[in-house]
Amino acid sequence: MKKSEFPDPFENTRESKGYGEMDDQDDPVTMLLRHKDVRKSAHNYKTFQSGATPGRIVIPSEVNIRETRQIPFEVDPPVHGIYRALVEPWFKRPLQPEYQEKLAEQIANIVDEVLQEDSVEVVTDFALKLQSRALTLLLNTPFSESETWISWGTHVFRSEGEALDGDKANILYNYIDAEIERASKNPTGDMYSILLDSEFEGRKLTKEEVKGVMVLTFAGGRDTVINAVTNAIAYLAEHPESLERLRKEPEITGKTVEEMIRYFSPLTQMGRVVTEDTFVCEHAAKADTRVSLCWASANRDAKVFENPNEIVMDRKINPHVGFGFSHHNCLGATHARQIMKILLQTLAEKVGSFEIFDCKENIEDLHHFKRKVGFHSINMKFNPLTK
Amino acid sequence: MAKITFITSDEETITLEGTSGSVMALAVDNGIPGIDGDCGGVCSCATCHVHVAPEDMEKTGSASEIETDMLELDDNADEYSRLCCQIDITDAIDGVVLKVAK
Ligand code: FES
Repeated sequence: MKKSEFPDPFENTRESKGYGEMDDQDDPVTMLLRHKDVRKSAHNYKTFQSGATPGRIVIPSEVNIRETRQIPFEVDPPVHGIYRALVEPWFKRPLQPEYQEKLAEQIANIVDEVLQEDSVEVVTDFALKLQSRALTLLLNTPFSESETWISWGTHVFRSEGEALDGDKANILYNYIDAEIERASKNPTGDMYSILLDSEFEGRKLTKEEVKGVMVLTFAGGRDTVINAVTNAIAYLAEHPESLERLRKEPEITGKTVEEMIRYFSPLTQMGRVVTEDTFVCEHAAKADTRVSLCWASANRDAKVFENPNEIVMDRKINPHVGFGFSHHNCLGATHARQIMKILLQTLAEKVGSFEIFDCKENIEDLHHFKRKVGFHSINMKFNPLTK
Repeated sequence: MAKITFITSDEETITLEGTSGSVMALAVDNGIPGIDGDCGGVCSCATCHVHVAPEDMEKTGSASEIETDMLELDDNADEYSRLCCQIDITDAIDGVVLKVAK
């Protein structure tokens, strides 16, 4: 098997039953596996709610390590919509040309750096750096902050062995608390200051609400971006013809980004709490239990995608749910899409080929399913493009 | 060449001319409010939703199955709804009027 191949562990169960089951810290989850069910349930916020105990809709559950409600993520409509409208313009800034120019400069620099090396561990020495530096643009904070975030390592919540790590989470929460204090004393144009100054129904956002938005921003865009970046590079390393195609047909880059998001599905699933007894795929889902919307499975549903297990770089119709679906679709998607697009453009422009030396796969243990979601490490060499 | 008229949610009327590509791309390039085209036109984001003027439906055609699936969950959708990334600009759609859904 190629290193950049990501098998679909859900296929049989999706086709035969439509749902899977997994245990998670004594709060079991019914996983919805079909594209149609995932989209329908994502849309039905009344029966499948996000505004449960903070941390409960995340799998593995974070109820034991987190009290702060992530906003707007763990709030249901209609209040969700008010928060979302408040933060949305900020998260659309990546559409501005100046933002893209800065991001392109960051990515060009990091690619130039690795082109000098004989061997690069892509997760830590490329993807983590890229993600952290790009986050300074999204937050509009000094570039030097990225050094701190890089020093935290690849996972904010998870340490080796996959267990939830409360100590690591505290590093993030304490950091954010301190930043909010700083911004409330000396406001700047950064995201903390802007949020502290925002109006919610005639009052200012509280520090706890600001923290909720910030925790979401840090946590939601870390592993996901790191995996998307790393996996894309692994794919191009093993498919030189695809790298060549991006050079020859740059106009397909946007479609390739969407296709990679579908194929890699950096976020496997997201939970919801059932508010009333109901059925999913003829299976009873009781009130106060959890279901999950398994984006990764929906994205390989052969009912919707032809050749679902292949990367079709210019796939024209691609209704993937890699950024979620409906009310709660990914707030950071605009930023993530720009990162991926500029990354592919820059690699096509500067890199002639890659060699993979060795790698350690990152396999998520979902009880009955084992899903490869990325790499713990992958050592490679980047060879410059010589014209 | 086709002339395409957009009516935004603020009731502003903007007419653009295009020769190729999708209606969504034309709208995004010209900053039509309410058409974001987040996914670049692959039918995964529904941020390009328009209502075609009933009399123009013949020119644009109706939504494909994938579009309908995408729109089915949008409370604002009706039989004139299209995702305009799926409408190609050709002479055939000259003169159409599209009401931006958002
Ligand atoms: S641009 Fe995304 S669905 Fe049309």
